This record gives sequence, C-alpha cells and structure tokens, in this order.
Amino acid sequence: MSFHSFTGTDTYLAAPELRDSVNVASALEKPLLVRGEPGTGKTVLAEAIAENLVMDLLTWNIKSTSKAQEGLYVYDTVQRLNDARFGDKDITDISRYIKYGPLGRSFRADQRVVLLIDEIDKADMEFPNDLLHELDRMSFFVHETGRQHTARFRPIVIITSNNEKELPDAFLRRCVFHYIAFPDKAEMEDIIRVHHPDVEAELLQQVLLRFYWLRDLPEIRKKPSTSELIDWIAALRRGGVSTDVIESELPFLGVLMKRENDLEAVMAAHRRGRIN
Amino acid sequence: MFVDFFYHLRGYGLKVTITEWLALMRALAIGYSRADLHVFYNLARCLMVKREADFDNYDRAFASFFMGVENHFDISDELLEWLSNPKLPRELTDEERAKLQALDLDELRERFKEVLDEQKERHDGGNRWIGTGGMSPFGHGGEHPTGVRIGGAGGGRSAVQVATDRRFRNLRSDRILDTRQIGLALRRLRKLGKDEGPEELDIDETIDSSARNAGEIDLVFRPPKRNRIKLLLLIDVGGSMDPHTLLCERLFSAAHKANHFKKFEFKFFHNCVYENLYTDISRWKGEPTSRVLKRLDHTWSVCLVGDAWMSPYELTHTGGAIDYYHSNQVTGLDWLRKFRDRCPNSIWLNPEPLRIWNAPTIHLIRQVFPMFELTIDGLTEGIDVLRGIRPNRALAA
Repeated sequence: MSFHSFTGTDTYLAAPELRDSVNVASALEKPLLVRGEPGTGKTVLAEAIAENLVMDLLTWNIKSTSKAQEGLYVYDTVQRLNDARFGDKDITDISRYIKYGPLGRSFRADQRVVLLIDEIDKADMEFPNDLLHELDRMSFFVHETGRQHTARFRPIVIITSNNEKELPDAFLRRCVFHYIAFPDKAEMEDIIRVHHPDVEAELLQQVLLRFYWLRDLPEIRKKPSTSELIDWIAALRRGGVSTDVIESELPFLGVLMKRENDLEAVMAAHRRGRIN
Repeated sequence: MFVDFFYHLRGYGLKVTITEWLALMRALAIGYSRADLHVFYNLARCLMVKREADFDNYDRAFASFFMGVENHFDISDELLEWLSNPKLPRELTDEERAKLQALDLDELRERFKEVLDEQKERHDGGNRWIGTGGMSPFGHGGEHPTGVRIGGAGGGRSAVQVATDRRFRNLRSDRILDTRQIGLALRRLRKLGKDEGPEELDIDETIDSSARNAGEIDLVFRPPKRNRIKLLLLIDVGGSMDPHTLLCERLFSAAHKANHFKKFEFKFFHNCVYENLYTDISRWKGEPTSRVLKRLDHTWSVCLVGDAWMSPYELTHTGGAIDYYHSNQVTGLDWLRKFRDRCPNSIWLNPEPLRIWNAPTIHLIRQVFPMFELTIDGLTEGIDVLRGIRPNRALAA
C-alpha cells in the first residue's frame, strides 16, 4: 500500500504532528477534522495538501443556511419549469437539471481529489449528522434519476471548525482529529520568514516580543492572529519604522487590533509599562 | 496491552469508543507503527481524542500508562501479539461487532507481517516506514527533504516527557470562560416552540412545490418558530465579587448580545436580593423587587450569579442586609424563595470553584436553587436545567 505522503510545501510549514494526522486520515480514508484559533492556517492546509500531492481541490464553504443536501446535488426545478414554458429545450432528461455540489463532485471525480469543508460549525447543529452516511460510504443516491453514485477514488476530506458549536459525538467518532495550537515564538519566526524572507533579525525580535506580550494581555477580547502579525510587519517595514520606535510607541496598532476596546486596552497597558 | 490502554483512557474520562480504537489498530497494522512512542502518541490522540479540551486528560493518561516502560516498549511486538490473539474489550454492541468483522483481522495480520518483513529488509535508509532515523515523513527527529521541523515534540525528549508537560492544560473545558464561549453556551438556551399568530409563507417550499406541480401555483405555509426563553439575569456586584468582575462582565455582555431570547432582563444586587434590585452596577437606580416579581411568571427563567458567600444573618435575619443604612423587613432567604416559587425554572451560577463551596450560606442557597460553577461545563449543565433536559434539583434541606 502506498501512502500519499503529505510533507508540507514551501509556503506552508506543517508541524510533524500535523503531517502525521493528515497522512493517517488519508490512509484510513477518514475525514480529518481540524480545529484551532482563527489564523492558524486551517483553511490553507487543504490548499497545501492539494498542491503537495498534486490533486484538485474542491471547496465547500459552509454558511449558516447550508444544507447537507446542497453539498451532494440540487435538482434545479425552477430551471426545468422555465425551460418547459418555452419548449425549446429537452426537459425530459432530468439529469440535465441535477447540479452537483462540492461533495457530490468529489465523489464523482475520476481521480483522487482534496475536498475542503470549511467552517462546518457555521451551519445548523444537525448539519454534520446529515453528512454522516455519505462521508462513511462515500456514495449518494439521486432520487430524481434513481442513480447511485459511489466514489471510485475516496477524496481526502479536510473539515475545519472554529468551535462555534459543539459537533455531535457520532460525527466526531468518524473523524481523525487535529488541533492546531497557536504557534510559539520559534515556530512564528519560521512562518514569518516565509512571508518576509529578508526581515531584519532585530525588527523580528522586537515585533515578536510585542506580539506575544499583547496576546497575553487578559483584557484583550480578540487576540491578533498570524495573518494580522504578518500584515503588521509589512506595515512597519513599509513605513520604515525603526526598532526603538516599535518599543516606545507601538505604531500601526490598528493593523493588529480590530476592536476599539482592545486598542484602548493595549494602549493603557502599554502606558502602564507592563512590557519588560 | 492495547486493551488495557483503551480502558486506561476511559478511566481518565475520555469517551473512546470501539470504532475509534479499531481505527487505531488498523492504522498500526498498515504501517504506522514501529517502536516510536512519539508517533504512537500522536496517532492514538488524533484517532481517539476528538476535543482539544480532552488533550490534557489524554496527556495525563498517556504519561501514567507508559511511565517506566517507554524505553523497552515495542509497538510492533505488542501489535503482532494482539493480532494473533485479539483480546477484545468487553461489552461490544452489534454495530461494533459488525465493524470488527469488516476489519478482517486475519488480513490485517498478514499485511502487518509483510510490513514487518519489508521493514527488516530495508530499514534505516528506507523512506517508507516510520523510524527515528529514517526519511519517512511520519517520523520525528528524522530528516525529510521538504519537512521543516518546527517546535512541537521531539529534540530528544521522550513521548512520556512531552505528555507530562501538559501543554494543553489551558484548553480544559472546566476552566474559566471568555465571552465568546459564554455566548456559545447561551445559544444552547433555546426552547423552540410554535408561536401563535399568522402562519408564514414558506417561499422555498412554495416554489419547489409549484414547480413539481407543473407550474400551478401551490402555496405552502408553516407556523413560525421562535425561541420562548425569557431570561432574567441577577448579578451580585461589589465586595467579595470584585475578583470576578471581569468574568461577570463577560457573562453579562454575552447574554446582552444574545438576541435570541424572547425576553431578556438584567438586574444587580449586593450579596443577596432584598426589597430593591438595581439597574446599574453602582446600585443607584433601582426598582422594587416586588414589582420585578410581578412581571415574572413560570415561563420566565431566573439566573442568579454570585459567590453566595456572606454572613449567615444576611440571609436569615430581618435587618441583616450588608448595607448599613438598609433595614430589610423580609429576610434574604425569603426573597430568594419568592423568586424560586414564582419561577421554578431557575439556577444559581457561582464563579468560585466547587471545591470551596463550604460557606454555610452557600449550603442554604443550594437548598433553594441548583447551583453550578461558572465554567463551561457548569454553565452548560445549568443551561440544560433551564432547557428542562436535566432535572432541576436543589439540595435536600
């Protein structure tokens, strides 16, 4: 048996534990459920896997109104009705009006693909349960045409969740689970060097010091994430801010903190001089 | 050994099921094995632990199980032994038995032997198997062309040592919560009921139905569904509650933002409820408690938040109120009972941890209201009481 071995890519650094989890999920043909703080690269993971293993990526972005059925297929009755009124199209072939969703397309693909089910917790509480059967069997039945579609190549399914809602136990049992912890300082350095390869060491150290100090402030409601840090560094460099100014003034803080209360809290803490 | 590990995990409160455990056996048998406990640590975790809140328990279980045996532990031997003599956990359900049959242990055993043979031939330099010095992408401390090792476990430390670090302690769900978590917990607080009033036109169903009906318009109506929860939040402020201000603020702001209640009101009190309830934290503006009570009925739920820590006379004596100028005619305990009688579906949330609930006043109040810790678990339990899916039980007097 050959494993598709995911190793990470040039721009996506995957920790060994994460790589193991991806490969186990792929080998056991079980969905991989990825959880973690916003900005820890959950969504990008699927793109990295697709790039690394040279597979197509299908994305299903879940919204609060998403229904499990939409992921498989939708029978476009309105289109058929519309066509029937003018009589210029063949409306006897119902399969023409079956529109496959991302899940359905991933099962019908003629090679192995990566399917990303993004932010599954956005949907209704029952949503994951509605997917159980299809994810288990990797097949579905189209009632309108009476046809069964079974995946010839079981896709690598990556499911992300921000933990907005507890997911049902029955669903969790069927998944491989990985929690992406927020990167520590050393990991963050590596990540930043990917995005800013030529960043000055001194600036980087200063910025990281402020960033982790800031995240640790108890009064912050929304902690800044990796992507915001990367933006902040870009802003600081473009603004030509020197390292001692970063120390004394925390410039361009708005890039990091998006909420007024948080901004004020940081400024207050900074004035109190809690940095050391 | 494997079965013992399964029970060991369950002993630590992890809800591992046979399905998950069998997935682990399968993963080991198709090659994710060898003697590397690091790999086993992660493998077992990603297959059997599905909430980061449980990671800490897993670490504790793992460390205590493998402590001492880590150096002479060979997963391959253990697995081969298990596969030739599969001792199963007791109490299998039919569904699980069927899964086990589908797994086909004989085939697994054969495959695993192949894996082992191949491994003997070409390990240390092979690139397929998990090994500490190999080139496999699964390994640790190894060398992989594209793998950039960042942080995480390793660096010559054993898996047990890593587990004893308890890196995931802060993710435990029995710890204090933030606004968002409270908001999520409160979202559970809904009792959907069919509302009175005119039915609503279900547009999607109407279109669908008309289309199926060959274009003849077919209107579909449905009764609207709305949350019926009416919530009154009473928060203790000042004095011994000061250390909990931030937490109470969070609860308050989460509840205030939750717009799914049919009705929501909040009031403040100091230590115990007496004749007046306050609408501001500094307790200047108030409203007679009796008037608040009159507005309530059994369809309301009252959620009191406080440490319930006071001098007993503040609860049991008339004139016992903590504020000097205030002389109450009705005892605090009686006021609380009035709330309970008016709204039986009520709870008390206590920001102090359960282990120090030993003040006499806490005991008295628990005889009136069921009391829960203000943690994710406690809040969830409390909300289940309000939703009526968990029995509403105060302590017996």
